[in-house]
Amino acid sequence: MEFDLSKPQKLLKDSAREFLSRHCKPTRVRELMSTETANDDELWQAMADQGWTGLVIPEEYGGLGAELLDLAVVCEEMGNACLPGAFQATVFSSALIDRAASPKQKAQYLETIASGSLKATVAQLEETADWDLDAINLKAVRDNGRLLVSGRKLFVPDAAAADLLICVAASDSGNREAPVILPISKGADGVEIKSMPAMDETHKIYEVQFNNVSVNAVDVFGADGNARGALEQATQVATVALCAEMVGGMQWILDTTVEYAKTRHQFGRPIGSFQAVQHQCADMLLMTESARSATYYAAWAVTEGAPNAGMAVSIAKAYCSDAFREVGNRGVQVHGGIGFTWEHDLQLYYKRSKAAETIFGDATFHRERIARAVVDGD
Amino acid sequence: MDLNLTQTEARFRDEFRAWLALNLPPEWTGNISGEDRAEYLRYLRDWQLKLFEGGWAGISWPREFGGRGASLMEQAIFQEELASANAPPLIGTIGLSLVGPTIIALGTPEQKARYLAPILSGEEIWCQGFSEPNAGSDLASLNTKAVRDGDDFIINGQKIWTSFAQHADWCLQLVRTDARAPKHKGITCLLVDMRSEGLSVKPLRQMSGDSGFNEMFFSNVRVPVSQVLGEVNGGWTTAITALMNERANLGTGSQVLFKRNLETLIKRARTFPRNGKPASEDPLVRQKLAQAYLELEILRLNTNRALTSLSKTGVPGPEGSIQKLYWSEWNQRTQQTAQEIFGAYGQLSDFDRGMWQYGYLRSRGNTIEAGTSEIQRNIIAERVLGLPKSY
Repeated sequence: MEFDLSKPQKLLKDSAREFLSRHCKPTRVRELMSTETANDDELWQAMADQGWTGLVIPEEYGGLGAELLDLAVVCEEMGNACLPGAFQATVFSSALIDRAASPKQKAQYLETIASGSLKATVAQLEETADWDLDAINLKAVRDNGRLLVSGRKLFVPDAAAADLLICVAASDSGNREAPVILPISKGADGVEIKSMPAMDETHKIYEVQFNNVSVNAVDVFGADGNARGALEQATQVATVALCAEMVGGMQWILDTTVEYAKTRHQFGRPIGSFQAVQHQCADMLLMTESARSATYYAAWAVTEGAPNAGMAVSIAKAYCSDAFREVGNRGVQVHGGIGFTWEHDLQLYYKRSKAAETIFGDATFHRERIARAVVDGD
Repeated sequence: MDLNLTQTEARFRDEFRAWLALNLPPEWTGNISGEDRAEYLRYLRDWQLKLFEGGWAGISWPREFGGRGASLMEQAIFQEELASANAPPLIGTIGLSLVGPTIIALGTPEQKARYLAPILSGEEIWCQGFSEPNAGSDLASLNTKAVRDGDDFIINGQKIWTSFAQHADWCLQLVRTDARAPKHKGITCLLVDMRSEGLSVKPLRQMSGDSGFNEMFFSNVRVPVSQVLGEVNGGWTTAITALMNERANLGTGSQVLFKRNLETLIKRARTFPRNGKPASEDPLVRQKLAQAYLELEILRLNTNRALTSLSKTGVPGPEGSIQKLYWSEWNQRTQQTAQEIFGAYGQLSDFDRGMWQYGYLRSRGNTIEAGTSEIQRNIIAERVLGLPKSY
């Protein structure tokens, strides 16, 4: 047994850190968050040139066909750098296309995602803000070889930056087991996008209104009846990527806090020499490392197709959701007043922890999933 | 990254599992208890002897000293298999995991020849005389004195919290041999015969009712100079070697016991009523049980990461502190969850044979024994995070 990153993965992680330290400095993060989409096309292309947008896309569609853990270590560094923009949304989208689309559709979308010329997002949540697939109510109505969608999706990440919106709708047959996955191009007739005033300004979220939007039935993903399974699998991939981003955020907060505790003096000593401060930092380390163990394991289990992969993902997201927020709390506490300011970068990570907490379900959501598997028994 | 066992590891597991199936008599796997009963002690000694005869005692020791030279991963598998088979505890555990490796590292050829074999066979049981009434977390401030008199040291003082002292034949003991030196530099480690004249042992009863710990009193106890392990006044090095070996054992066996305990709790919650329904249907209970489950799973993952890292560096580091902090606090939270599920019944010693009452009380000691949570956090802060020393 070997529970560690491989040498190439460590190199990938180091090079991602080095790349982001040059191209995504804190000042750049702040510039981008004050723009409408928090998206940087030049940086996006540079990341695509690194192979990142195609990391887990199969080689036949222009990707690198890497393991999910490879993607996870890159996302970890993105989280560390607080990278703004549509990377996570595009990961979810590409995972969904890879599992639900026909070979022809894959060639069309995945190759452009891998090359960096297409960004995409998935519109799933509605008014209930419930990540359960059964909560989807927006119907795709069949009409003469087309599907018509009218209604509203909420909390859609990066919808304004995305070139492709993937709308997850319910079947008009009433069969909850068969959601309908509709690719909708940016600027299609009847699509209205409105920004939602979120806490985390580095990952923008939107309300997307569909007014009688029409999609040709042959363009729908998952037409062969695997839509639900594809959604579940793609959600696992995207959840691991998000957890990895969260781990990177925790690591940044931990490193920054420890550094501060070593240099900030009160009572004539570094505050890091006081046990009350040391113990906060020790707990932050324990939470960060535990989140990392859970995330790496989930990445491995999903790649291996392990029977407990869904459980591993729920464990990771449940733990990361609580841990990221809590690491943020401790970090701000140790910093004192300066940690509470707009000026200090801690606030960016603190807000991101709150946003990431609920994406793909918060800790309570995933604990209930775990309970269904282990408390209810057979 | 590959979380499957390697072929060698799987072969090791299969071999030991098969041996256990043949050699662990079914009547031994029950819940035999009663730590002070002579019959129970004989039973534990017989069990270790059986392991020894099968070549399964001290597996981490080098082959030349009777071990198997087992890898860290194999040691973890060994502990897991023992726990999975519900095997009795190892009465010689302090000798096997702590004293033996320290004698191998620092002992004289005569000491190795004399002490190692009986540790493996369980013929001689060891305890560890470290803590004192005024030297707990601050171990180096110990002041049980040993004064040189010809070829002997004469020991006077008191030790406390000594596990197994009531059954032990020998004690790995720290004493102060130079009161004027800085506190870490005046300590010596001695191998003390528990039958020495002037040495008495008094069991300490815990709040859980059992007596796992003891006090030891030394009144002019004579120990020959040849019994020094390591250097005179170099005992702190010996102590650190011993403690590192103790912490290198990342508690893989106890995790199996925790898992079994949690499974029992979950099973019980499916029938125990709460507001007219099984407790397992209560949303709050479900949340707490799921949290206990996921945290225990992460403990296993952290362990596997730490084992991988230890296998590469070969040096036991602060990983043990992270593990200790995690499992001790987990067990307390989970025992409290059990208490909440069973309500007023949880406190009873005749409810479920008292296992929840005992579990709750016993877990109270977890964040104190073998280094308090505060000491573990100090170690993490200073040795992993590089924060300045607080004392």
